Amino acid sequence: MLIRDQAHDIFAKLQRHSTADELELLIAGSRSALTRFANNTIHQNMEEESQHISVRVSFGGRTARATTNKYDDESLRRVVQSAEALAKVQRDDPDLLPMPTPQEVVQNAAEAGAAPVQRYFERTAALAPQDRAAAVARMVGVAQQHALTCAGFFSSSQVAEGIFNSRSVTDWHEQTLAEVSITMLDDTSSGWQKATSPDVTRLNPVRMAGIAAEKTIASRNPIELPPGKYTVVLEPSAVLDAVGFMFWDFGGSALLEQRSFLNDRIGTQLFGPNITVWDDVYHPLQAGVPFDGEGMKRHRVKLIEDGIVRAVTYARSSAQRMHHSEIANQVGPITPTGHGFSLPNEIGEAPMNLVFSGPEAGRAQSVEQMIAATERGILVTRLWYIREVDPYEKMLTGMTRDGTFLVENGRIRGGIRNFRFNESLIHMLQNVEAMGEPVRASGEESMDMVVPAMKVRDFNFTETTKF
Amino acid sequence: MKEIALWALETAKLRGASLAEARIVDERHRALATKNGRIGSAADSESLGIGIRVIAGGAFGFAATDDLSRDGVQGCTARAVDIAKASAAVQAQELRMVAEPPAKAEWVSPCKIDPFSISIEKNLELLFAVDEELRRNKGVTLAETSMNFRRYEQWFVSTEGADIHQTVVSSGVGYAAHSYQGTEIQKRSYPTSFGGQYQTRGYELIEELKLLEHAPEIADQAVALHAADQCPEGTFDIILDSSQLGLQIHESIGHPIELDRVLGMEANFAGTSFLTLDKLRTLKYGSEIVNVVADATEAHGPGLGTFAYDDEGVAAQSTPIISNGLFTGYLSSRDTAPAIGAPRSGGCLRAESWNRLPIVRMTNISILPGDNPLTLEELIASTELGVLMETNRSWSIDDKRYNFQFGCEIGWEIVAGKRRRMLKNPSYSGITTEFWNSMDAICSRDEWTLWGIPNCGKGQPQQTMGTGHGAAPARFRDVSVGTAYKGSE
Repeated sequence: MLIRDQAHDIFAKLQRHSTADELELLIAGSRSALTRFANNTIHQNMEEESQHISVRVSFGGRTARATTNKYDDESLRRVVQSAEALAKVQRDDPDLLPMPTPQEVVQNAAEAGAAPVQRYFERTAALAPQDRAAAVARMVGVAQQHALTCAGFFSSSQVAEGIFNSRSVTDWHEQTLAEVSITMLDDTSSGWQKATSPDVTRLNPVRMAGIAAEKTIASRNPIELPPGKYTVVLEPSAVLDAVGFMFWDFGGSALLEQRSFLNDRIGTQLFGPNITVWDDVYHPLQAGVPFDGEGMKRHRVKLIEDGIVRAVTYARSSAQRMHHSEIANQVGPITPTGHGFSLPNEIGEAPMNLVFSGPEAGRAQSVEQMIAATERGILVTRLWYIREVDPYEKMLTGMTRDGTFLVENGRIRGGIRNFRFNESLIHMLQNVEAMGEPVRASGEESMDMVVPAMKVRDFNFTETTKF
Repeated sequence: MKEIALWALETAKLRGASLAEARIVDERHRALATKNGRIGSAADSESLGIGIRVIAGGAFGFAATDDLSRDGVQGCTARAVDIAKASAAVQAQELRMVAEPPAKAEWVSPCKIDPFSISIEKNLELLFAVDEELRRNKGVTLAETSMNFRRYEQWFVSTEGADIHQTVVSSGVGYAAHSYQGTEIQKRSYPTSFGGQYQTRGYELIEELKLLEHAPEIADQAVALHAADQCPEGTFDIILDSSQLGLQIHESIGHPIELDRVLGMEANFAGTSFLTLDKLRTLKYGSEIVNVVADATEAHGPGLGTFAYDDEGVAAQSTPIISNGLFTGYLSSRDTAPAIGAPRSGGCLRAESWNRLPIVRMTNISILPGDNPLTLEELIASTELGVLMETNRSWSIDDKRYNFQFGCEIGWEIVAGKRRRMLKNPSYSGITTEFWNSMDAICSRDEWTLWGIPNCGKGQPQQTMGTGHGAAPARFRDVSVGTAYKGSE
């Protein structure tokens, strides 16, 4: 694995090859492995080791990037030359800032709310193919016990990544991550669970297999319900896969480019008063790098407070542009929040470590309590193939999948055929009737999040499929 | 490079593998983009490494590294064998592979103008010219352009004796005008959305698309959409332009015919398929005029699914998928072909790069054009009442590929054979086989385009793959229109 001293040596070599005004190195080394199974059989099983050297150069208002995975001196010289060739021919961008200095990083970090993070666990890094296979065997055992078949994966990875710039900013982060996902299948039904953690001992594959099996068995022979507006109980994975689609709009660049659904809506009561959301990379249930693509420390940002959008995230340049824009007095606090992507890029910045606040003490409801308090509704395990239908109303479409149930008189009545939904996230987050305690959840459409289960009224299902 | 790959084969044999394949990939990519007169992306990247797939103990193992030293390759191979032996501990199903005669070949995709030979200045000049032209319309609030080039060179050797060296050059370009006004954000794209058109061609693709000439109309339409009427909800005949039909093929034919999905291998992520094995040569997938092929051969055209050999050394083929409406074929690989009794793989096993295990992927999944001359304007003229929809805006389909919903950037009402008012937010939905059985007309070869989708996601860890889709505008009868906005008031 890459170590910090090696990375520093590579940066020194790159500097010797460079004629640019400024130079930045983003470097990463990783080892990842994934054991995949289906039909109760490990059918794909892989491991990868790789490096990543990404160099940005600047000449005044011109900047460009080149990337390689080769460490030899000739390759390092070529990657610098490639970046310089791309940068030199550009026109000047008056808004391109010089790279940050350590003083700027430190001063800005004072407002970050930073806390130490420990996200490297040797027991995750040390997992061998035999360990993963043994865990898969236990999950397959659960499937066989219930005469089901299962599919899924168990992965583990470790990554070391750092940033160095020619104005002496440096930072370094090491992390591990373990992931387990399982789908249990029967002839007419399926059930699913997924979880991730930097610490593999936080995952319980057998318990997940058991829950997925219970869902599969309980949703056998699904009945068809007519589409329409229903009260839904969304498990945390379903919530995160839907709401993840709106947070790409919580950036200064999105507002400046008028592509955000928050255009002209910041400071208004957009969501229900029970919705408060932070971006907080330092949260104990979060994972990820605590600095951004220029080396600025990530801030804790309260994005939504009691249903009102209070703030968005910024990179250094978008904060500067916002300060000088016509809407500067309409968008809340403007400061680089350490959420910029590596430059140059087309997105700008976005919150990547979302944490929903739970309800007031004693008001949180478990999924079981939400079901018990529902006269008629739908329990949704997960949502799938979600896409944006309308960018300003933040209307999404997608399907339910792997465990969709009719709830009547406080009890699960059985499985139903999957629905297609067309629902506005604004509307959905205005109609949250109950929430659970936020948990670290994982899905397939959005980044992992700390999010609660939600009970939502008038959720708009528009069609039914055939299973 | 071949010598390095052979180190892997030697090590694999010594460690007891019954089959080993080594792929070395050397790839180069350039990404340029602009946004409202600024650089959005200016990036070059290169990546070189080796991926080694083995069978040991009757199971697969795969390992990849970018350390191409002898120690690095041998260590990586040893890990692949170790992984395969771990896989062997959980094998409820026997691994079977159909035979494939080992090929020895050299192939380079046709490319008239090497895109990396074109100066960066020239590329940026074109993108900025388009950007400025789009923003000449003051209603355009965001102009985005992008251009991408890729050179992908691969050496493949196997213990069975395969020795294949192929190089593919691909190019892509496109742009979009966004307009925010009131409570709406509208968008128009050219030549299609989400990055534009991609093919396995050189810079000649960029020159042929006449990017600048189309920019004023695209900008005007993006702004005009605000004043257009909402697409009505109901049952209508629809005509899809060829790019939207290409995506419709991708989602509702291309994915369900992947044999690994059918066999449950993707059940945890991408999903399964309604096309269970009993439906082969029995299911009426579409109407009589629906003819679809999976064609990776050079003769089909420069699609993103065009190659000489797939990533387990099987030659490119043309497979009839739907023949006069009848479902006739799957996309297969050496380990999935036995399930349908096929004597040979369909040649569809592809990997994103050196560091990914190859999996069953689409090649060029294309609908054949109509035999009789028919232009889009003639098709409109023969339509009494309907909606013409152009350029994809959103797409979604369930995990067995039955129920789909698509939104398009712009629609046009057709009344009595004439294109009338512009419609905003058009969408349509349906069930795959019902939809394809409702197709009653397709335009002829002159209207047929081989579209490229550069970013098809599948697999765990997820892999991105380029796929090709030839399509001509086509008409579908009695389709559910406008459901995306149903109940949104």
